Amino acid sequence: MYQLLKQIATVGIKTEAPPQADEALRVVSQRLKREILGMFAGSLAIRHVDAGSCNGCELEIHMLNNPYYNIEGLGIKFVASPRHADLLLVTGPVSRNMELALKRTFDAMPAPKLVVAVGDCGCSGGIFGESYASCGRVGNVIAVDVAVPGCPPTPTALLQGILTAISSGRHGGA
Amino acid sequence: MAFDSLPLKLTELPGAVPAWQGLASAADLPDICQAVKNQGGRLAALWGTDEQDREQGYALHLALAKPEGMLWLRAALPAGELQYPDLSSIFYAAGRMQRAARDLLGIDADAADRRPWLRHAAWPDTEYPLRRNVAAATVFEKCTDDYRFVSVIGDGVHEIPVGPVHAGTIEPGHFRFSIVGEKVLRLEERLGYTHKGVDKRFRGMPFTEGAKLAGRISGDSTVAYAWAYCMALESIAAVAPPARALWLRALLLERERIANHLGDLGSLGNDGGLAFGLAQFTRLKEDVLRLNHRLFGHRYLMDRIVPGGVACDLDRSALDAIERECDALELEVRLLRDIYDDHSGLQDRFLTCGRLTPNTASKLGVIGLAGRASSQAWDLRAQAQPAPYNLLDTHMKTHKNGDVAARVILRFDEIFESLRLIRAVIERIAPGEIAAPLLSVAADKSGLGWVEGWRGESVVALESGADGRIRSCHAHDPSWQNWPALAFAVFNNIVPDFPLINKSFNLSYSGCDL
Repeated sequence: MYQLLKQIATVGIKTEAPPQADEALRVVSQRLKREILGMFAGSLAIRHVDAGSCNGCELEIHMLNNPYYNIEGLGIKFVASPRHADLLLVTGPVSRNMELALKRTFDAMPAPKLVVAVGDCGCSGGIFGESYASCGRVGNVIAVDVAVPGCPPTPTALLQGILTAISSGRHGGA
Repeated sequence: MAFDSLPLKLTELPGAVPAWQGLASAADLPDICQAVKNQGGRLAALWGTDEQDREQGYALHLALAKPEGMLWLRAALPAGELQYPDLSSIFYAAGRMQRAARDLLGIDADAADRRPWLRHAAWPDTEYPLRRNVAAATVFEKCTDDYRFVSVIGDGVHEIPVGPVHAGTIEPGHFRFSIVGEKVLRLEERLGYTHKGVDKRFRGMPFTEGAKLAGRISGDSTVAYAWAYCMALESIAAVAPPARALWLRALLLERERIANHLGDLGSLGNDGGLAFGLAQFTRLKEDVLRLNHRLFGHRYLMDRIVPGGVACDLDRSALDAIERECDALELEVRLLRDIYDDHSGLQDRFLTCGRLTPNTASKLGVIGLAGRASSQAWDLRAQAQPAPYNLLDTHMKTHKNGDVAARVILRFDEIFESLRLIRAVIERIAPGEIAAPLLSVAADKSGLGWVEGWRGESVVALESGADGRIRSCHAHDPSWQNWPALAFAVFNNIVPDFPLINKSFNLSYSGCDL
């Protein structure tokens, strides 16, 4: 136990300042009222769905929880059920084998809800494109609020996308 | 030579790994497979191709591995013939691969289990998307998915269905537990959810683009796949990458191994109830990723391995930075290992949990990290030794207990070995070119790539077409062999230990859903 405590004390706090929202990532103008977004900004619950990704984006989503980005320190946490979630974070081109599961997950979320598509595949279908097996971009299956490109997007870019989704933006009057 | 006792005419494939190619009739496959198995060999991959544009029928391909090398066996089915003999009674892992080949091409092993594997509801069982007469843009009518799970019947037995969307940030798949009380009687896995049509996508792709797709078969093993693909292409083109490129490839592969092992050790601590472990190990992993970004321009090293060599070079200060990082990691990981070892709560969760005995592992043909943790001594870096591993003397790490604790110990051991290898690379790397040009790639040639990634071996079998394009390319993930083992490892364990056991294997979904 001594070693463990010593390690915590030695390493100290690594958390860095979060990035700012980036309006360029927004796909549709903000649909939610400012007051609602204000509530989300205090505590946002995210449900992640891998809709066919290569697992690259998942690695970076994992990294959001590391001490450098410390996403929970911003009041944002990942939840185990869509029924607890405010925001759906979707990776991958949507494989046809995941299309139904993605729609059901989205439907299971209570309104108001937000969707962030992650990665080049989530934004455009990426290198996998559309085929007998792939529906392509996330927007082909469910409505997307913010899309974060990158292969995979860095944790900072992901955080920026999430923060953009919950900021009121140009059209929200902020 | 490794396979010369077989009654086959074999051609040696040029390139980085000892590999041969041979033709066999489908009827002879069971005898050949049995002979290879008797000699200590195993099935590395099984897939099919459509050769009707060559006025032939379908072809079944097997990759058979021995420590000394790999045999790529091709069995041409006569035109109109769809049946071939079942190989799953010889090689357990063949079962799902045969089902996948049926879903994609319609070729059918005469096996007991003929349920679909990759086909869910996106195409009917009368259509076979990998056939050449199916246009790349074809989309089929949705149909109903009526997959039949094996049901376990008895007093107090009930089922827990989990997935495809899981509680955590992981890939999608379905697990059907049959349990009594808290104990798992049976776990049935159903995968294929991330099937993206990769084999079809490869077809007709320019070779350079193919390297990028290969690097996205499983994002956590992008280096291993890109290397395996390039190795196959370089074999076809008869081009050897310059020495410096090979050293850099090994450096990238070992960095990939370290990054993944660090992440897994953190998650395993977390799943065992020690959140401290997750914070500490993900911090170290982030440091490695940041150095990757600074030195190579990509946190996960995607697209750094290119046909003919590598796309990045390092100067002296970069090598120094890596050496300093190795020294720091060595100290930190040793310290954390001591903390894990001394933590009785964690060890209580790890020890004897999810045990895969060496005997079962051997019968299932388990490979890679999970295999080595159950005494299955397969590590390409120490055995067939593709360059530059022939100059590195890799020490293979194994353990006999086969439990979560053994898979944790193995990850620690392999991190230290990778650090040693990286230091050896830095000591020996000399100035020079980092890529050789691939001037012309002849059509209708075959090349094999075989790389020991962090999870196990990645195999890429490539056939060239005309005009610098791919005729066919099949990539194989070690998870094909290891997923069935997970079902054996969880047997008689309690349901709440499943996440821990699953994480200790950390198998790929995307890599084998393709």
